[in-house]
Amino acid sequence: MDVPWLTLVIVAPLVGVPVLFAWRAIPDGAARWVALGASLLAFAVSVGMLMNFDTGEPGFQMISKHPWVESLGLSWFVGVDGFSLWLVIVTTFLFPIAIAASWRVDHQVRRYMAMALFLETVIVGAFLSLDLLVFFLFFEALLFPMYYIIGVWGSKRRVYAATKFLLYTMFGSAFLLVGILVLYVESGNQLGRSTFDLTALEHVQLSTGVGRWLFLAFFIGFAVKVPVWPLHTWLPDAHTEAPTKGSVVLAAILLKTGPYGMLRFNLDLFPEASRYFAFSIEILAVVGIIYGAIVAMMQTDIKRLIAYSSVSHMGLIVLGIFAFTAESMDGAVLQMVNHGLSTGMLFLVFGMLYERTHTREIVDLGGIVQVTPWLAGAYMVALLSSIGLPGLNNFVGEFLVLLGTFSVDRALAAIAIVGVILSAIYMLWSYQRTFQGSLKERWGSLPDLSWREGAIVVPIVAAMLWIGLHPSPVLERLRPTSEQVSERMRTVEVGQPVQPSVEAADASGGGAAP
Amino acid sequence: MIETPRIELIPILPVLILFGGGVVALLGAAFARRTAQTPFLFFTVAVLAGTAAASLFLWDRPAATAMQGMVSVDRLAVIATLALCGIGAYGAYLGFHYFEADAARRNEFYALLLFALGGMALLAQAADLIVVFLAVEVLSLALYVLTALTFRRGPTEASVKYFLLGAFASAFLLYGVAMSYGAAATTSIQGLARALAGTTGSQALAVVGAMLLLVGFGFKVSLVPFHMWTPDVYQGAPSPVTAFMSAATKVAVFVGLVRVLDVAFVALQWDLRPAVAALSAVSMVVGSVLAIAQTDVKRMLAYSSVAHAGFILSAFVLPGREGISAALFYLIIYSLSVIGAFGVVMLISGGIAEQTGFERFYGLGRRQPVLAALLTLFLLSLAGIPPTAGLIAKALVLGAATRAGYWPLALIGVLAAVVGAFFYLRVVAIMAMREPEGDDVADPAPLPRLVLAVPAVAVVALGIVPGVIVPFLQEAGVLTW
Repeated sequence: MDVPWLTLVIVAPLVGVPVLFAWRAIPDGAARWVALGASLLAFAVSVGMLMNFDTGEPGFQMISKHPWVESLGLSWFVGVDGFSLWLVIVTTFLFPIAIAASWRVDHQVRRYMAMALFLETVIVGAFLSLDLLVFFLFFEALLFPMYYIIGVWGSKRRVYAATKFLLYTMFGSAFLLVGILVLYVESGNQLGRSTFDLTALEHVQLSTGVGRWLFLAFFIGFAVKVPVWPLHTWLPDAHTEAPTKGSVVLAAILLKTGPYGMLRFNLDLFPEASRYFAFSIEILAVVGIIYGAIVAMMQTDIKRLIAYSSVSHMGLIVLGIFAFTAESMDGAVLQMVNHGLSTGMLFLVFGMLYERTHTREIVDLGGIVQVTPWLAGAYMVALLSSIGLPGLNNFVGEFLVLLGTFSVDRALAAIAIVGVILSAIYMLWSYQRTFQGSLKERWGSLPDLSWREGAIVVPIVAAMLWIGLHPSPVLERLRPTSEQVSERMRTVEVGQPVQPSVEAADASGGGAAP
Repeated sequence: MIETPRIELIPILPVLILFGGGVVALLGAAFARRTAQTPFLFFTVAVLAGTAAASLFLWDRPAATAMQGMVSVDRLAVIATLALCGIGAYGAYLGFHYFEADAARRNEFYALLLFALGGMALLAQAADLIVVFLAVEVLSLALYVLTALTFRRGPTEASVKYFLLGAFASAFLLYGVAMSYGAAATTSIQGLARALAGTTGSQALAVVGAMLLLVGFGFKVSLVPFHMWTPDVYQGAPSPVTAFMSAATKVAVFVGLVRVLDVAFVALQWDLRPAVAALSAVSMVVGSVLAIAQTDVKRMLAYSSVAHAGFILSAFVLPGREGISAALFYLIIYSLSVIGAFGVVMLISGGIAEQTGFERFYGLGRRQPVLAALLTLFLLSLAGIPPTAGLIAKALVLGAATRAGYWPLALIGVLAAVVGAFFYLRVVAIMAMREPEGDDVADPAPLPRLVLAVPAVAVVALGIVPGVIVPFLQEAGVLTW
């Protein structure tokens, strides 16, 4: 029997929303459990999806396609492949954790939880939609809950940060929408009927000029989300002001819609332009890696430091995507997952410390390890993962990206490696200043991790170790897709209009049949 | 022997019911000056229901003109009339609630509302430029009076301003009609289309006529640079009147504009398109940018309605079914959102007290969670943020512009929408993220909340399943003359 797994994953978190919405006098405790329950349900469904995933298949699987507004060429078209599979899993994995981590949110709990569940739905929806307008609807729909979460539950300059986040990302997606519309109109001219269907739009023939402009429109839309240097300036503010859970979701999951969009849409729809712009984008990525690392080193605010380290790490992901080798793409997708886990955990554990100390300044802290060894230990694990210690998850991803890039462009890979080294420096240095050294008197009685907090941290550490020590279950599901895409990218020549590849035609033919 | 013209009343039955109802309501208001307004409300709603029924009855009639080519019967008119009836019912209910709080009874409100709606419905059906002018005059005169209905200083000033600038607009309109007559020796919309399609020589006169008509229409829907009256009038008029006219006038006048641009002057579309695109772009940008500077919600919504007029106009660069249905979809979503937004603002601002400054909205999320949630939804829809239908509406009109080759217009539109998101969400931020200030003057009645929840549900539902109305709008977009 065909279970519409993907649709179920998308709607599962919404199960809790009517309860939270209708029951206005819901006790805070109940609201938390409803949200946690709904997000765990989504995780369970996504595990079902994982079980059903056919490992050797490069194209889209578990497709379900229903006309939505037929006369406009809109359809509910969802499908999963190696790229989106793990992003969905990491989303559904981290959401219950993030909700559990915001157990201490004490005002307007009902709304907070409802927004969180809505956010989960739209993010998963964005990862799974293969209809461009539906994707865009999800992509835009995630702005408001994030804006609201930062703006209502954030710290002092929250409204400024929330507005900046919203305007930056909307500015980017403005170009994306126009790009989608132009492609839609072009599909009407060439295919006889206008459509937003990704697999059909692959067959639209674009002149190199139009293709390159559209590529740029899409790229700007995604680059703001990533964020690619120099479009990153919203990120430190948003991260710093967001509540813990907000930072976790923002860093770990929301940012991934950017590189995912590049991988899914830019490479697929505009292969010639992707090759044409690849080198420029790689330069931006490398600048981002180094710049993010250097700026992170100079931060005095831990959340800002983690935020800039994100800019650096995300640069590595973009580098991996635009190196176009199977290894580097594997690494890029794996890094998206890894960055979610490690940066998510850094924010989580720091959030726990912040709940105790209410300061984000490095100079105010120091010597904390003496009173809270477990908390410091958890932070250390996240940090080691983040700097790519072998045996933990990031090592695998970074290694693959650098390996793949090295085979294409040695100079870029060499510079990127400098960024990885720098990350070790600023991370360890911040650890030393925060947790080691002499203990300030006022922190003398900080409590260590509670059971609840321990329970939040353990699954992430387990996932990190699993990916670090035994990445093959992840990679073998990823590999066929990235091989197919890199194969396609390598056959494209700059300046030559692209002929739709035979595999792509087969894939879409097979997709349309059921 | 003189042949008596064949009179067919069925095609204009909706308009007749509205005007007849208006006359009855006016007499009622004259003879029963101080009585309760409940019977008037029920009467108005009954008249609107009758109009809607009469209009629905015309859906399956073959498209044609009636009354010697003065009015048309087609699905476009039916859709517009139905939308107008819905907007009118909301206007009547909001007005009822608004005037209940006032000791002085103003039962003329219902008569004027019906007259305005009659003019609007007539405009939606007009098949002759003379009827267009007539309908615009009828609806404008009723609106001038409605604006001043509370006799307070602000409304009176607004009304005079509206009247003076409206008189200018009428002059432009009439001059445009005269020029068109000069160009084609007819004022019939169909006749113009035929006459212009045949000519090959200079069409300067016709172009000037069309431009002048565009200016006249531009005044009515507040396109930049003809929008000067909008903020003062929207702010000064009683909130229910603002709610009604911001939605209904746009529906009626844009439908009238469809007939003028897509039928009468379709032969000149290559001359007119750049002008339409320029007006649209300027309205979107100026409306959005000026809205940022406002600190009064009604004024902000007024400037935003200027921007929305620009968005709707952007679909007019693509004549034919796709452009028309996109504009209609946008009009419907805009009407639902703007009526809801002004309705909520009316409740929050203490009704007749009209305290619509931003300070009134501080911390509203905690004081009035239902009103704040409703207003948030309406503002999200106006801003074009999913899951409300606003984004789909914007995608449709800008998609139409893109199809006509005007992708820079679409780009300007989406960038203006980003600016729009800023000022709409600022209100959301004020409601959710600020501490309450001053007294809570919000209306505590539960029924208006329930009534206003309907458009809120509708904008979300249409955002999720736009397919339920799109096919109808696409049928309405086929003009077979």
